[in-house]
Amino acid sequence: MNGNYWSWERFSEAFPYVLEGLTTTVAVTISTFIFAMIFGFVWLFLRRIPLRPVNWTVTWIMEFIRSTPPIIQLFFMYLAWPVVPYVGVTLSPFACAVIGLGVHFSTYIGEIYRSGIESVGKGQWEASTALNLSLLDKWRHIILPQAIPPTIPMLGNYFIILFKEVPITATISVQGILYMANTFGSQNWAYIEALTIVGLILLVLSYPSAVLIRKLEVKMNTRFDKNAVIKKINKGVTS
Amino acid sequence: MNPITDIAPQLIRGLGTTVTILIASAIFSYVMAFIAGLCRLSKNIFLRKFTGLYIEIFRGTSLIVQLFWLYYAIPILFDINLPSNWIIGVIAIGLNYGAYLSEVVRGSILSIAPGQSEAATALNMSSFQRMRFVIFPQAIRMMMPEFGNYTIQMLKGTALVSLIGLRDVFYYGDIMRSTNLAHAPLIYVVVLVFYFILALPLIFLTRKAESIAKKGVAN
Repeated sequence: MNGNYWSWERFSEAFPYVLEGLTTTVAVTISTFIFAMIFGFVWLFLRRIPLRPVNWTVTWIMEFIRSTPPIIQLFFMYLAWPVVPYVGVTLSPFACAVIGLGVHFSTYIGEIYRSGIESVGKGQWEASTALNLSLLDKWRHIILPQAIPPTIPMLGNYFIILFKEVPITATISVQGILYMANTFGSQNWAYIEALTIVGLILLVLSYPSAVLIRKLEVKMNTRFDKNAVIKKINKGVTS
Repeated sequence: MNPITDIAPQLIRGLGTTVTILIASAIFSYVMAFIAGLCRLSKNIFLRKFTGLYIEIFRGTSLIVQLFWLYYAIPILFDINLPSNWIIGVIAIGLNYGAYLSEVVRGSILSIAPGQSEAATALNMSSFQRMRFVIFPQAIRMMMPEFGNYTIQMLKGTALVSLIGLRDVFYYGDIMRSTNLAHAPLIYVVVLVFYFILALPLIFLTRKAESIAKKGVAN
């Protein structure tokens, strides 16, 4: 292989080159996440249909999408979707990435929404019925204000997971950081330097966000977890 | 093109690679998870910081980057020419998910009520006995569902090894697709079904583990 194992010269050459892909990577991440957040509602509504067979089918479709490799789903969108009869259209790599990864992640996000709604105690639903609130008022004033806050750290976690998953879109030629690194690597035979830069960029962006979300999580837990609140009240009181 | 008589036999050729990589990397990651998870709880600060570094690096970057990096770095670092990239796939997936799972191990052990550990001390147990007979049996029940979930993630991760030239199910599917472009949708769907069939036992085991973890636990 190469006689020179590591060259700082190649490293500094590769850095601006790889960094060029960062805008695309971030753009794909944000667009995919927005797509997944919207599509997550589709799963949420489909699963709330009170018909056993529908519920069962939707659950298994979600399970199917979730437990099969996203890279194959991307390849499906990129290479197979154009030849699907009647509905097939050729999409740009960017659109394929957003739809392919977006649908994959929407199944996770749909579950987050569901867990948020289910976290609202039964008494809250009964109380809003007892108070004769309209459907709109019930959701707007009682359920959603309690259901949304606990989902925020979970959504944040999935945003970071998605960000780290986006480099696989390099395989369908989305020109993000990994794609740029591979191009640089093949032109200069400096794969290790270029890939190290990709790793550093991912680490530098994802680690602080992860720490931030962990803090948010703790804050949310103490705010919404009844046991934690009771513990806080009882602090200093010998139990 | 018939999915069962034409496509499936081709894909089965890659099944061996996918399954062996999954099993080997799963075992490797479980071992890494317990080693790293326990090291994170050790009293030795260097051990703790060093494992912390390993965990943050592997959790903070993505599997595909680690896979490529190891693919280029291992032959140079150890100055060897590997006969097959199989071992690189196993190392990359194992180290990546080992880092994630070590946090599960650590979290489960920390979640055991301190009273348990205090009671064990009061019974004059050594620190090993405390871990072996009191903490661990309780913690492992909590870990099981997460181990199941991450094993499904590992199965999804194994599809990436075709990118470093391994001939797994996805590789053979992609080869077929390149010669039968008109049948691409059907071929990919069959490939996805293959992965789903492999995931099914893991899904059921995870559900079982969830019900076991919930059973008989007082809150």
